[in-house]
Amino acid sequence: MSAVISANGLSKRYKTTLALDQVSFQIERGRIVGLIGPNGAGKTTALKAILGLTDFSGELNVLGYDPRKQRDKLMGEVCFIADVAVLPRWIRVCEVVDFVANVHPRFDRAKCEAFLARTKLQPAQRVRQMSKGMIVQLHLALVMAIDAKLLILDEPTLGLDILYRKQFYQSLLEDYFDENKTIIVTTHQVEEVEHILTDLMFIRDGKIVLDADMDAVGERYIEVMVNSDKADAARALKPLDERQVFGKSIFLFDGVGRAQLEVLGETRRPSISDLFVATMKGTYA
Amino acid sequence: MKTFYWLVKREFWEHRGGFLWAPVITGGIFVLLNLMGIVTGEVLGASHGFRMNVFGGGSDMSRLVTALDQQSMNTVGAGLDLVMYSSTMIIGIVLGFVVFFYCLGALYDDRRDRSILFWKSLPVSDTATVLSKVAAATVVAPFITVVVGALTGLLMLLTFAIALSLHGVSVWHLLSLSHPLRVIANLIGSIPLYVLWALPAVGWLMLCSAWARSKPFLWAVAWPVGVGIVIGWFNLLGTVNVSNSWYWREVVARMLGSVFPGGWLREVHGIGGNNPAELLSSLGVLHTYSVMGSLNLWIGVAAAVAMLAGAIWFRRWRDDS
Repeated sequence: MSAVISANGLSKRYKTTLALDQVSFQIERGRIVGLIGPNGAGKTTALKAILGLTDFSGELNVLGYDPRKQRDKLMGEVCFIADVAVLPRWIRVCEVVDFVANVHPRFDRAKCEAFLARTKLQPAQRVRQMSKGMIVQLHLALVMAIDAKLLILDEPTLGLDILYRKQFYQSLLEDYFDENKTIIVTTHQVEEVEHILTDLMFIRDGKIVLDADMDAVGERYIEVMVNSDKADAARALKPLDERQVFGKSIFLFDGVGRAQLEVLGETRRPSISDLFVATMKGTYA
Repeated sequence: MKTFYWLVKREFWEHRGGFLWAPVITGGIFVLLNLMGIVTGEVLGASHGFRMNVFGGGSDMSRLVTALDQQSMNTVGAGLDLVMYSSTMIIGIVLGFVVFFYCLGALYDDRRDRSILFWKSLPVSDTATVLSKVAAATVVAPFITVVVGALTGLLMLLTFAIALSLHGVSVWHLLSLSHPLRVIANLIGSIPLYVLWALPAVGWLMLCSAWARSKPFLWAVAWPVGVGIVIGWFNLLGTVNVSNSWYWREVVARMLGSVFPGGWLREVHGIGGNNPAELLSSLGVLHTYSVMGSLNLWIGVAAAVAMLAGAIWFRRWRDDS
């Protein structure tokens, strides 16, 4: 079985809200999955369940382990970067490298030092003296030196400037990712991950509302730019969304044949952010 | 085992200030105050024309030293040993405070600043994490205290020796009456007693540290004190018959105060003596290890094991980051 994660009927209830509602999905090896959803949709809860950081009901299998019972073993093969604030502020670069090198069996010290050599980080520097971007560089150097099967990124580039953000994803793709690894990433900066994702999952109110690979998304969702004279014909095909640009209407269709749409106007693949906005309409209403 | 070593080392890195610098600075201040005392004595002595022949007669104390009989020599030796103990005792009080607040923060601070998410992203069990913190509090911290305390004590003896030799007194013979190795052996030998005695307090403080969503200090103090007040109230009403003083002494004091070293001595019979030598030998490990036979100690250890198990459970499942 090549599924890295398989979840079945995953539910998690906080006092008043249902953070995950009977969620089921599978994630295969060698994929980069974007888990996208509005604030409070249950993304972080889902990741926490995968990491064994929270209790839940339902079945969940991560790399053959039950995260509730075999967390210690699981963490030998899973890496995790939450948003930038989680490296302890008192620790020095050399200390954290020493520590991880000695407690993590899959850590490659030389690799980590090679990554660090490309940055401005000094061995004696403490995390509290670093900028947010430098902290992420350090964390990424640590994580990329670990030969893990699954990497989980929860808003990894939150609050970083564009140089650090680009560099972050570029390093991941060039120096880390291969067909034996799987990456799950949640982010609000959808445009930046759009081109690296192989799979897309939308989550809303604790439910998975879209779970498809990018090719399928491209086939299923089509955007058409329609002149006003054909707008009514387009509306008759029940578009997901409609917006106006330069006197033309852009319609987003779900599962309507491409040939049928090409008659109306110029078709293209929608951006994930447009798709996201259309899918999540009314979330905060 | 290697992981455990590095976990303890990490605690030392994080708390170098409390574990290392607090004892060193306390020891330094202790030596400094004594030096100031000596200098004051010298200056006042010189300005008032006193000489060091306070013992009368001779121009130096060497005659006095040679005149000591066996009994007095023991007393002098014991006095010198006490000087060595005294520095460790003072640093030991600091140790109590350091360990108290270390335990309160050990499982709380990283939840507050969310760095727990980083520690939890490593393949380390929560049991190992909690136990490494217990080891740091009950073994590493007191060991450093003993080493710094013993070095401070030796430094004190040397200081006295040098000060006196400036007056032409040969005190090296006097110093040879002291037993620094025995003192150090006794202090190191007391560490296992400290571990066992401090465990209930360490367990309680860490349980609060792992459980509290905020303000672990308030919870750690409020619970035992609150229960004590309720017991006192019921006693006033005459409805229950739980001894108030027993509760405060055996529960509250043990839950909060046992991190201060030496508390186990109250469980040892026959502490004291007619002279310093007898007192010291009653404080020696050969005698104080009789506390191992005290049921009190082991009840405390059992309670500590239960509380630490609770702390590990909360560490595993507390979900508020």
